[in-house]
Amino acid sequence: MEENNFINEQINLSANISTPLKQGMYEPRYEHDACGMGFVADIRGKKSRQIIEKGIEVLNNLEHRGAVGADPFTGDGAGILIQMPDEFMRRVASENNITLPKEGRYGVGVMFLPQNPILRKSVENIVEKIVIDEDQQFLGWRDVPVDPSVPGEGARSTQPFIRHCFIGADKRIKTQNEFERKLYLIRRIIDHRIRTEIKCDRSKYYVPSFSSKVLIYKGMLLAPQMKSFYKDLLSEDMKSAMAMIHMRFSTNTFPTWDLAHPFRMIAHNGEINTLQGNKNWMKAREAVMDSPYYGRDLKRMLPIIMDGQSDSATFDTVLELLVMSGRSLPHAMMMMIPEAWSKNDLMDPDRKAFYEFHATMMEPWDGPAAVVFTDGTVIGATLDRNGLRPARYTITKDNLVILTSEAGTLEIDPENVLSKGKLQPGRMFLLDLNQGKILDDEEVKSEIVKRKPYRQWITENMLKMNHLPTPNQISNANPETLISRQKIFGYTKEDLSIVIPPMASNGEEAIGSMGTDAALAVLSDRPQVLFRYFKQMFAQVTNPPIDSIREELVMELTTYIGPEQNLLDETPKHAHRLELEHPLLSNSQLEKIRHITRGHYKAITISLLFDPDIRHDMRERLDKICNEAVEAVKSGVSLIILSDKGIDERHAAIPSLLAVSGVHQFLIRAGLRTKTGLIIESGEPREVSHFALLCGYGANAINPYLAYETLSDLCKNGFIPVDYKTAKKNFVKAVSKGLFKIFSKMGISTLQSYCGAQIFEAIGLDTEIVNNYFTGTATRIEGLSLEMLEEETTLRHKNAFNPLSDSNTLESGGLYQYRREGEHHLWNPLTISKLQLGTRNSDYKTFKEYTELINNQNKKRVTLRSLFEFDTSGEQIPLNEVEPAAEIVKRFSTGAMSFGSISWEAHTSLAIGMNRIGGKSNTGEGGEAEERYISLPNGDSMRSAIKQIASGRFGVTAHYLVNADDIQIKMAQGAKPGEGGQLPGFKVDKIIAKIRHSMPGVTLISPPPHHDIYSIEDLKQLIFDLKNINPKARISVKLVSEVGVGTIAAGVAKAHADHILISGHDGGTGASPITSIQYAGTPWELGLSETHQTLVLNGLRDRVYLATDGQLKTGKDVVVAALLGAEEFGFSTAPLVTQGCIMMRKCHLNTCPVGVATQDPELRQKFTGKPEYVINFMFYIAEEVRELMSQLGFRNFNELIGQTEKIIPKRLNNHWKARGVDMSKPLFKPTPLYNTDFYRTRAQDHKIEEQIDHEIIKQAQPALDNAIPVKIEMPVRNINRTVGTLLSGEIAKRYGAQGLPDATIKIFMTGTAGQSFGTFLAQGIELHLTGESNDYTGKGLSGGRLIVKTHPNATFDPGENIIIGNTCLYGATSGEVFINGVAGERFAVRNSGANAVIEGVGDHGCEYMTGGRVIILGRTGRNFAAGMSGGIAYIWNQKHDFDKYLNHSLVELEYLVNEDDIDEVFNLVRRHFEYTGSKRAEFIIDNWDIEVENFWKVIPEEYKKALARIKEEEKKLSLNPHELKEVVNG
Amino acid sequence: MGKPTGFKEYQREVPKKDPIAERLRTFKEFEHPFKEETAKVQAARCMDCGIPFCHGETGCPVENFIPEWNDLVYKGHWKEALENLHSTNNFPEFTSRLCPAPCETACTLGINEPAVSIKHIERTIIDRGFKEGWIKPQRPKELSGKNIAVVGSGPTGLAAAQQLARAGHSVTVFEKNDRIGGLLRYGIPDFKLEKWIIDRRLDQMMAEGVIFKTKVNVGVDVSAKQLVEKFDAVILAGGSEKPRDINIPGRELKGIYFAMEFLPLQNKVDAGDEIKNQIVATDKNVVIIGGGDTGSDCVGTSNRQGAKSVTQLEVLPMPPIERAESTPWPYWPLMLRTSSSHEEGADRKFSINTKNFIGNENGEVKALLCNEVRFENGKLNDVPGTEFEIAADLVLIAAGFVHPVHDGMINELKESGLELDTRGNVKAVFGNDENAHSTSLGKVFTCGDMRRGQSLIVWAISEGRKCAAAVHKNLTEVLSEEAIA
Repeated sequence: MEENNFINEQINLSANISTPLKQGMYEPRYEHDACGMGFVADIRGKKSRQIIEKGIEVLNNLEHRGAVGADPFTGDGAGILIQMPDEFMRRVASENNITLPKEGRYGVGVMFLPQNPILRKSVENIVEKIVIDEDQQFLGWRDVPVDPSVPGEGARSTQPFIRHCFIGADKRIKTQNEFERKLYLIRRIIDHRIRTEIKCDRSKYYVPSFSSKVLIYKGMLLAPQMKSFYKDLLSEDMKSAMAMIHMRFSTNTFPTWDLAHPFRMIAHNGEINTLQGNKNWMKAREAVMDSPYYGRDLKRMLPIIMDGQSDSATFDTVLELLVMSGRSLPHAMMMMIPEAWSKNDLMDPDRKAFYEFHATMMEPWDGPAAVVFTDGTVIGATLDRNGLRPARYTITKDNLVILTSEAGTLEIDPENVLSKGKLQPGRMFLLDLNQGKILDDEEVKSEIVKRKPYRQWITENMLKMNHLPTPNQISNANPETLISRQKIFGYTKEDLSIVIPPMASNGEEAIGSMGTDAALAVLSDRPQVLFRYFKQMFAQVTNPPIDSIREELVMELTTYIGPEQNLLDETPKHAHRLELEHPLLSNSQLEKIRHITRGHYKAITISLLFDPDIRHDMRERLDKICNEAVEAVKSGVSLIILSDKGIDERHAAIPSLLAVSGVHQFLIRAGLRTKTGLIIESGEPREVSHFALLCGYGANAINPYLAYETLSDLCKNGFIPVDYKTAKKNFVKAVSKGLFKIFSKMGISTLQSYCGAQIFEAIGLDTEIVNNYFTGTATRIEGLSLEMLEEETTLRHKNAFNPLSDSNTLESGGLYQYRREGEHHLWNPLTISKLQLGTRNSDYKTFKEYTELINNQNKKRVTLRSLFEFDTSGEQIPLNEVEPAAEIVKRFSTGAMSFGSISWEAHTSLAIGMNRIGGKSNTGEGGEAEERYISLPNGDSMRSAIKQIASGRFGVTAHYLVNADDIQIKMAQGAKPGEGGQLPGFKVDKIIAKIRHSMPGVTLISPPPHHDIYSIEDLKQLIFDLKNINPKARISVKLVSEVGVGTIAAGVAKAHADHILISGHDGGTGASPITSIQYAGTPWELGLSETHQTLVLNGLRDRVYLATDGQLKTGKDVVVAALLGAEEFGFSTAPLVTQGCIMMRKCHLNTCPVGVATQDPELRQKFTGKPEYVINFMFYIAEEVRELMSQLGFRNFNELIGQTEKIIPKRLNNHWKARGVDMSKPLFKPTPLYNTDFYRTRAQDHKIEEQIDHEIIKQAQPALDNAIPVKIEMPVRNINRTVGTLLSGEIAKRYGAQGLPDATIKIFMTGTAGQSFGTFLAQGIELHLTGESNDYTGKGLSGGRLIVKTHPNATFDPGENIIIGNTCLYGATSGEVFINGVAGERFAVRNSGANAVIEGVGDHGCEYMTGGRVIILGRTGRNFAAGMSGGIAYIWNQKHDFDKYLNHSLVELEYLVNEDDIDEVFNLVRRHFEYTGSKRAEFIIDNWDIEVENFWKVIPEEYKKALARIKEEEKKLSLNPHELKEVVNG
Repeated sequence: MGKPTGFKEYQREVPKKDPIAERLRTFKEFEHPFKEETAKVQAARCMDCGIPFCHGETGCPVENFIPEWNDLVYKGHWKEALENLHSTNNFPEFTSRLCPAPCETACTLGINEPAVSIKHIERTIIDRGFKEGWIKPQRPKELSGKNIAVVGSGPTGLAAAQQLARAGHSVTVFEKNDRIGGLLRYGIPDFKLEKWIIDRRLDQMMAEGVIFKTKVNVGVDVSAKQLVEKFDAVILAGGSEKPRDINIPGRELKGIYFAMEFLPLQNKVDAGDEIKNQIVATDKNVVIIGGGDTGSDCVGTSNRQGAKSVTQLEVLPMPPIERAESTPWPYWPLMLRTSSSHEEGADRKFSINTKNFIGNENGEVKALLCNEVRFENGKLNDVPGTEFEIAADLVLIAAGFVHPVHDGMINELKESGLELDTRGNVKAVFGNDENAHSTSLGKVFTCGDMRRGQSLIVWAISEGRKCAAAVHKNLTEVLSEEAIA
């Protein structure tokens, strides 16, 4: 719906360059943004010119966080919000002959108006009229003076006409707050009137601010353009006590003026992941909203959320509503972005109750967020519960507060600093300008949470399951009909053997390997369950996924069910909701609910059964159900149970997902959804994804009765080694964990936010189904109609009673493992054997038989490309004139498979093969052995040209990176996008451990996110880092196909990636939950075409190489991909097959019987692959490509790219369901708005030449050339990012991993360093910083020494002040760090070998650490050592309360008693003192005998065992030192 | 999934057999079935492949879910294993004895290790099933009222009949011989398949409602056209019984028989029938022409009858002992197959062509004149100067079958429009298409050797099942159309 309106809006655009309409695969609604933000304020609330100047300076210094598109002068947006500058306003008003009432009695509307004067006049008329209608005084207009030559061409073309309007308060208005509310009402009414009456969309009419308190200047500008564009900002009499600023980075190049921040109350860095759900729920709430302030006027302001707003704008709108209807700003912020409360035992009970109470009213707006907010009187900032965006602040002695995304945006004399800090996850920082006082989190919140007796309200009103009487009767299972009911719901033997048993036995989801190559649901001949038409969406680049295991404390499954109350009020009754610990209801719980009689609770059950013998009965029944639900709610029913109990041969069931989502959407439309709980009682759901879908489409709770019966049956018959009760408990646990995994994939933490959030894309459903029953879900290739869905349901129903099929057994399924009667797979005995024979015997004929079997899917279709045929009607080219195969193969690469997931033999065989033909192989994420960088005597090379850098950063060192042609940032993996991975300790042998810089036997965990990429501007930073370490390498970003990936890719191109890879959902894996393999991501045909089209539209296509992979198997696949826009191609499974892989799908078990995907020495002997087979494969593919090029009439490969008109989409008119599929959108050929070629022809401007490292390198020349020690001194600023990295690259190139002798190059810097200070710092460099630095300091440390100390003139205690940012020392492999201050979140995350001493850290310290030593002389945040499997941390903790902050799951907490340990700690602390002069270190050393007892030792159990093992070996063999080192290093 | 590391831990085992001397004394089966424990260990070797080549196109024609029942056996779920096995294969007790096991040559483990002993695990499952009494008639829930005739009671006819009867149709099986079973009954010697095993299964089928009519040669004793008129569907499952003859001088001599003239007689004797003038090999020099399975059965039968010598001639060269390079895994390997009958003694000669039979004065065969041949340019050519004679009192021609017997039923139906393919088999669509197994004559279907030519028992069962499905679909679709009308 929203989307359609949005299209209509866009149609009115008249500019040459503007936001394009939804076209082809591109949809504007997937735009993301992220940014730099902050504020500067005077604590005393004293208005001054200086504050505004400083605000603008901060903005300029954050410019690197923004972005520009194809047009270098068009920024994505910049803005500033200030207090109403009365003096200035009064002057300029009078210049326009307007006399303003006294301060506070007038408001100024900042209006973005149409350029067209006639249209503008009609807008203005409405504004004036409504002001007067609402009894206020309309005082007049003022043109805001701007310089139209300043913005870039793109920005200029959409630039609005900007005017101020002045409104005087009526006499009856008593207070300024009352006036503000009035102005709010007026603006809302104007907005709606203008939208409906003159149909101006937000690009022509938009109101940045409309207030008596604040004023906003913003636009599609670059930071330095602000002052020259808005001349007002130059006025000396413009004064404010605060300035809130924002610099925007949007993924698209079509941002509009209105989308720049700040909004009316906030500026936001981050993303709201749950937006669709939040919007739906808000819409549903509108019907029950009521406000004493607005009475009947409230209706005139609806809908609250207008179409086409960005996530931040929507958030702002709702926040504004909450504030304008009576809640304080911090109170409303706490409602919308609650901190993680339920599992926090350290939290005050009143605060907990506050959050619980508000949770009954509103789900969290979940996603990474740093929000600065203001109402003109208070200004503050808060972070989301995960603390995923940075916010640093400085308070000066002269009463200045600066809070921004990074430190150093304003130069402050160290002596003037009172304190420095950073916001912590879920915490708030508030400045009350009236009181002239800073309030910390505790002060702000403790007052708010006591405003009302929330705790009492909860205790007295909240309903819990155990309050309800136990029902007399629970409907019994019927084992006799079990099989036939299982069949009706599409259960297969795989469900019973693969899917359910691991859940029931261990509480874990089943793990599988390799990619999916089975038919898409809509193409399958077999009837599918509706769930299979949906693909989970996941976070990549613009927001991070969460680690639901290691960061469990932020995850929440609790949900409240039953009617919600008025959002704008708070009463005890609000708490009267039924609390559920998780969404799975047992049979007895469901009966309790069915018979509920408490309070205003009343439940009804609506049957989902229909008659399979009557056509259209499903549609009719569905309509009736929706109406029944509406009527029931109207009559006071507060819980609706949709049930398919009672199915039998004569009664079929409406698919549970269709029913749930249909009723949910229907109730939303009727404005009744929040008045009822929605429960589904169904035999259908059994997999984690099924439950996720039901929740995601609106179910509050689920009773999977048939899954329970199945469990019972499996237990009874001995297929599950536990009793039924345990099995059920485990099953629920597995589902809960699985749900967490799915939420966290999208960066969502709570079920409440996930419920109804619709984070899915439909593949193969037609628009009618989606619009009616899954409103707002993306569906891009059409497909099943409701009638076909009914046919599918009845077909499955009838098959269940087919007398020819064995009545005692289910169908095999064949989804996970090949079965002849099951789902069709492209990899099957025939294709595998023909491919192997063809490539092994150099037999092109047999190879062509193989490709024929894959390409010609006439009988059984699997892939979308099977619906493509080529148009060969044009002129053909003789084959010998087509570009030679030897050139084409250079575009080919093998996929990212780590050494570790596949064997040494397989990995090197692929590398040698690809190197011989000038193609590329890929390291995968496990690092690479150094010996592979040296060519073999015969000239072969085992070096992988593509070096992958994944979230685990295993083996990612300076040396590794300088040995790359391409550096590929793996944002996601096709088989498990949004998930991390784990290499269990038993698989980590010596050689793997060595390459990954760890120890044998220690588990290696890859986190779900890159901890240095939580948003697009972070990615930009990482790309910059990598470009610094290896300026010659192409930086590639690997994305996985999903709806919106094109928009993300546009952002990635703007972040200066050289290469973008779009992976299909069907890519392989060494191990992944089977539901991820099946349910996440989409085919590359969709992602690639969307990306190519969006890049073309943005004018960015020619700046990047575009590649694709994911089950590419034939020359036809390559040509299809090229025509859709790709110029490079990756192959993984097929080359593995040539090396002997026979798709055992046992990679995760280490039992690969052909030596490909195993580390077992015995099995590795069975490897029979050879580089020649890969070479044959690549050449044969190229040959097939050439044959097709000749038929299509292309001489050169580049001519092929993007020529979609050469593809004829085929409609399958005779297929019972695939006939609905329409592939025209992927084949859309966009007309570029900016000039661009269809393939890469232009280089990105990385701006490496501006790096101060060039100067450093110059000065370090004697060291670089002859290892002569040098000493360099230099100042540094926050805009100097990635210092020391270019230099490190030089060292790694010349001296390899050994680097230079210790401290050959000493660099001394003073100031505030930008992000990534000392990233990949190489051995031989000693980098000193006096001052502070930002995020990612010491990231990937590769042997260098990094020292950061507080400025000697500073008066604050370094041990209490933040000196370095978040995610420092991430992925460090060796070297030393001494930090005389406190770090932000995630210090030493994934450290595998560096030693560090620091004086305090934030949350999640030493997360995923696998090696090295970290000594913390001070406080730690929560969740310390989560996922830490190696290394040792020592914590100096005088209060002895550290254990509360420790995540105990992998580590042991000990006292510091061992002599060796004591020596180690003492020496490091002593050196810390020597390097930094730390007072704290000095104190500890001076009082060592006492202070030694204040140290804790944190050591992972596995690591301890590994150490013991080494010691034992050492003893046994009494090794010489060299060999000993081997053992230690693996 | 079996045991993940089972294939690394255990070696392949196959069943033991009675000593040769002992087994030659009788016509009884001589294989010692696996102990259940052995079967479990062997099943543990199964790797539960992502692509089970044993089950796929390269392996089992009847599409047995081999890894599934291997796993069930490994875990001791025998009954479920049986159900699983029966869900694709009506007669595992036949296949587990008679099948050459293309599953095992396609077994993934076979790439670099001896394959899983699939066939014997199958046998253990089905034996256990009968022993436990788990195999009971499965009577249909309701009857469709449709009558179906199945002509031929070999494995394909039986499979089709059983499937259709269970689906509620009234099925009548017509068999020209005096007993039900086709080749199972009269082609396969008892030492490979004791006939009570067939009877046991027939009991089940009769209880399920199948009507058997023996000694009815359709097209001779009753009119085929009438059958088509009278029944709602007719399945032609008469096999491929026309033997390939060797037309060389001396073919008319006495003592030269087709294998299928020789083998059935012994089976009848074993069944207790009195046979006058049984063709026997006792004390004779027996020469068998043809190196295939039927030839091998003749070897075993001759040895048991007490032949003086047994020689088996094959015109093709001796295949390699191991899998030939031209037929790599997972394909059906070209290789020398030594059957249990060969173990019992026979002179196997390869690359031998018989030029003519030499008779004695009584018109009886006394020798064969042969010479060596070799492959040249795709042709078999005589090797000059290699002629030799082999003494023979009994010559058995086991050179395969060319197509179904046309006299009688097929010729009769041809008049009504039944089409044959170029090889003389009844023509029908292959695969799983909608009209697979239907012939050019409405209501008439065909399956097994009668449509595909001589083949394996697994193919026969597979075709019987698929044909049954086609017939059922055809009939029930008509039914529902009728219902709508």
